[in-house]
Amino acid sequence: MSSTDTKKYTFKDFASDQEVRWCPGCDDYVILRAMQNALPEMGLKREDIVFISGIGCSSRFPYYMNTYGMHSIHGRAPAIATGVKLANPNLSVWVITGDGDSMAIGGNHFIHVLRRNMDLNIVVFNNEIYGLTKGQFSPTSLVGQKTKSSPYGNTQPPFSTGELALGAQARFFARIGGNTPKEMSKMFIESQQFKGTSLIEVLQNCPIFNDGCFSKYTDKAVREDQQLFVEHGKPMIFGKERDKGLRLNGLKLEVVTIGQNNITENDILTHDAKEQDPTLHQMLVRLKYPLVTGIIRSYEDITLEERKNEQRERVRSNSSFTKTDDLFFSGETYEIT
Amino acid sequence: MTTDKTDGTQNVLEAVVVRFAGDSGDGMQLTGTQFSDTSAMFGNDVATFPNYPAEIRAPQGSLYGVSGFQVHIGSIEISTPGDDVDLLVAMNPAGLKTNLHAVKPGHTIIVDTDAFTRKNLEKAQYESNPLEDGSLENYRVIEAKMTSLTKEALKDLEGLDNKSMVRSKNMFALGMVYWMYNRSTAYTIDFFNKKFKSKPQIVEANTKVLNAGYYFAETLELIPNAYTIAPAKMNPGTYRIIMGNTATAWGFLAAAEKTGLELFLGSYPITPASNILHELAKHKHFGVKTLQAEDEIAGITSAIGASFAGNLAITTTSGPGLALKAEAIGLAMMIELPLVIVNVQRGGPSTGLPTKTEQSDLLQAMYGRNGESPVIVIAASTPGNCFRFAYEAAKLTLEHMTPVILLSDGYIANGSEPWKIQTTKDMPDIKTNIIQASDQEWHPYHRDDDTLARNWAVPGTPGLEHRVGGLEKDKITGNVSYVPDNHEYMTKIRAEKIQRVQNYIPELTTEFASSGDLLVVGWGGTYGSLYSAVKQIAEEGCNTIGLAHFNYINPMPKNTKEVLSKFKKIVVCELNNGQFVTILKAHFDQLDIVQYNKIQGLPFGNLELVQKFKSLL
Repeated sequence: MSSTDTKKYTFKDFASDQEVRWCPGCDDYVILRAMQNALPEMGLKREDIVFISGIGCSSRFPYYMNTYGMHSIHGRAPAIATGVKLANPNLSVWVITGDGDSMAIGGNHFIHVLRRNMDLNIVVFNNEIYGLTKGQFSPTSLVGQKTKSSPYGNTQPPFSTGELALGAQARFFARIGGNTPKEMSKMFIESQQFKGTSLIEVLQNCPIFNDGCFSKYTDKAVREDQQLFVEHGKPMIFGKERDKGLRLNGLKLEVVTIGQNNITENDILTHDAKEQDPTLHQMLVRLKYPLVTGIIRSYEDITLEERKNEQRERVRSNSSFTKTDDLFFSGETYEIT
Repeated sequence: MTTDKTDGTQNVLEAVVVRFAGDSGDGMQLTGTQFSDTSAMFGNDVATFPNYPAEIRAPQGSLYGVSGFQVHIGSIEISTPGDDVDLLVAMNPAGLKTNLHAVKPGHTIIVDTDAFTRKNLEKAQYESNPLEDGSLENYRVIEAKMTSLTKEALKDLEGLDNKSMVRSKNMFALGMVYWMYNRSTAYTIDFFNKKFKSKPQIVEANTKVLNAGYYFAETLELIPNAYTIAPAKMNPGTYRIIMGNTATAWGFLAAAEKTGLELFLGSYPITPASNILHELAKHKHFGVKTLQAEDEIAGITSAIGASFAGNLAITTTSGPGLALKAEAIGLAMMIELPLVIVNVQRGGPSTGLPTKTEQSDLLQAMYGRNGESPVIVIAASTPGNCFRFAYEAAKLTLEHMTPVILLSDGYIANGSEPWKIQTTKDMPDIKTNIIQASDQEWHPYHRDDDTLARNWAVPGTPGLEHRVGGLEKDKITGNVSYVPDNHEYMTKIRAEKIQRVQNYIPELTTEFASSGDLLVVGWGGTYGSLYSAVKQIAEEGCNTIGLAHFNYINPMPKNTKEVLSKFKKIVVCELNNGQFVTILKAHFDQLDIVQYNKIQGLPFGNLELVQKFKSLL
C-alpha cells in the first residue's frame, strides 16, 4: 500500500472531472478539499484508494474523488467496505457517510463494522438533519428541534455519535468542526495511519436545513472558549487565554481555571488517547462544555484481517488439501465399474 | 417396494423405501444417513430426504417434535426419496402417528414398544394403544423392546449412565434394519471409530448396541427372510454420496479454482441454506473467505464489495433473506458486477415453513426488485447437479457481468444422492471480463459486442480509477446521468444483456416422447418426482408423454417455444400456486397450458402425479 516510490500527487490528482453539486456554503466542500489535500501526504498509490458511500448529501463524495469509488445504497457502505477490504487488504478503504445513513438506516452495519475492527477509515458528516430528503429530523437531531417531519418539535432523543461508537468498541474516535480544514486534513492522515477502524465525526453545518446547528461550538469567535481540542500526551487545556482545563472530581470531569483556587497546570488531566479502558474517553465525548474535539480515542488492537490471516495460514499448514480434487475425492468414495 | 422377486429364500427387491421416525433427540438423521451411506457403498443408487421440525428439541414425545429421515435405495435408477414407505421404524407413538399415512397396508412397521407408555400415547393423542387396539392389523408390525434391550446390552459396560445408554437405542434399530436388508455393519462401526476416536467407551457402546440389534433381528422369528437389494446399474466412475447444499458449495470451489479468483461468501444464517456457509467456512485452505455478517443485507452487500474488489463473490439465503437482499441485488445489477445469490427455497410466505420445501420464490427471484431490474435466474434440479449449476452460476455471472440468482430448495438441498465426482480440470472454461490496463481511452461502461458485458476494472489497477453507483449511468462513461433518452437506452441494454445469455446456454431437451399428447413441464427440484412419474407411464406403454425440465428460467432456452409446440397439451407442475406457469403463459399464450400444483411443504408424490398425467392423456 504505502511505498517510497509512489509519485508525488497534489490535491488536483484526486479531483474527478465531475462538477461538485452541493449547496453553496456547505461544509461538505471543506471536507472534500481537506481530503484531497490530505491524500497526497499519505504515501498511497491512487489506484489503491477506494471510497465507499451510502445515500445522502455526504454520499455523493466518491463521485468527486478521482480514485476507485462506489456510491451504494442507503446505510450499507460499511458492509460493502468490509467486503472490499476482505477481498483485498492492500487497499486503503474509506467510508463516507452521514448521520442518517450511518446511525438510522445503517445503524446495524455501523456498530458491527466498529466491533470487527478492520483497517478502514470512516468519516461521518453529522449535520443533525436529513438534507437530501429536504429537512426531516435525523437520529442526531435534538429533542424539540423543529423540522419538516417534526413541526412541533422532535420527540426522539438523539444518539451521540461518539457514545454510540465507543459503546460499539470503536478503537479510534475523533471529532472535528467542519470549518477547520487544516486540522481536518491532519486528522485524516492520522486516521489512515491508525491500524484498525477509525471513525471521524465531522460537525458539518447544513446551511439550508439546519444552519448554525454547531455555531455555538464552531464559530471562530467562540471556538477556542467552547472547544477543547485534545492531543495525546498533552494537558487538556482550552480557552482563548489557555487558562481553562479539565480535571477529575470524583467520577465527574470538571472545568477549572488555572491560577484560581491554587490550581496549576499540574492539576489538569493529560490526554491518553491510547488507553485501552474507554471510561475517560466516554466522559470526554459526553461533555457539552467544553465540546471535546480532536482524537479522543486511538487504541491499537488486533484487526479482523490479522485474525483471519493468521487463521487461514494455520488451517493451510494443517491441511493436506491443495486443490479441489483433493477434497472431492477425500473420505468415503466408491467405484462403480 | 416397487417389485418383489423371489430368489430362493431371499427376497430380491429392486427398490425399497425406509423411514426412520422418532423424537428430534433420537438421532434419526444420523441413523438414516448411516443406512443410506452403507447402501451406497454396497453399490445401490440412493436418494434421501430428511424431515425434521423447526424446533431443535421440541418437547419429548410430542407430535410436532417428530424428526424423520427417509432413504430410498435400489438396484434400479432412483430419482426421488420415494413415496410409499416399505419399512417404517417408529421410535415412539408420535413417530408412528405422524408417519403411518405414508406406509401402505401390508408393509412393515418396527416399533420400540418400551416407548408406548401411557404418557407417550397421550402426548401423541392416541386414545388407545395402537399396538393393542387392532388398528394396525393391516400392517406387519415388528415389536421390539428397543430401550430395555439396549440397556441390557450395555449393562456390563462401566461408567455409562442411564441417559447415555438410552441414547444409543437408535443404533439398535439400525442394526435390525441392516440385518433385514443384508447390509454389513462394518461401515458404521468404522464411522464410530473415527467419530468418537477419543471416546473408546462410546465406540464400544454404540458397536455393542448396533450388533445387538443386528443379532436380535436375525434371531427374531417375526422377520421371515432378509431382503437383498442388488447393486444398481450406474455409469462407471468414482462416486460419493453428496447433499445438495454441499454440492452447491463445491461447485463454487471449483469455479474459484478454475478462474484463479478468490471465493468470497457473505452470508447470514438461515434455514435451509446455512450449511452452504458451514461447508465453505471449512475450506480456508483453498483461500475461501467467509463472512458471517450482521444481517442478510450485510451478507449481500459485503459480497458486492468483494466483487468490486475482484473476488468471485456469492451470498446464500432462503426466501425471507432474498426479500431483504432485493435492494442490493438491484445495485449489483445496476453497477453490473458479478454476484451469485443462492436462494434455497423453503415454505413461505413470511417465516412460513422454514424446514419444509417449496418453489414459491420464483416470481420474487424474477421480479422482486424496484425498477426494471432483470437478472439471470437458474435452478438446480437434483442434489448432485447443485454442483453443476453452482459452477454454471459462477460462469454466467463472470462472463456476463450481471447478478445470477441460483434457486435450490429444501428438498434437494438436504437430500442426497450418489454423485459421480467431477474434477475441476474437466469443467468448462470460464472467461472473466477483468481488464488489466487500457491502451486507449477507457470507459467503465464500454461493453463487449457479443455479451454486452462491461469490463471489470478492479481497484489496485493503475489508470482505471472510476466510480460506480446506484444512480443511472451514462451509457459510456458511467457518470451519473439524468438524460431521458439515456435512461431508456440503459434500461433496454440491461434487459438485452440478459436476453443474450440465451446464446450461451444449452437448448431445452425432452425426455421420453419429443412430441405427442402431453408434455410434463417442471423446473428445479421437482425433477426426480416428475421423471419417475413420466417414466412409469412411458414404461406402461404410453409413447405420447414427454418431460421437459427447466434449469434455465431467465432467459429461457432459445428453442423453448419449439419444444412446447410439439405437444397437444402442456402441464406445468410446481410446488407453489402457479408461478412458472404464469411466466410460460405470458410468453406462449397460444399454447394449451394447464397447471398442477401442490402447496403442502412436501415434494410431489408419485401416485398423485401418475394419476394426474393419466387424467390428462
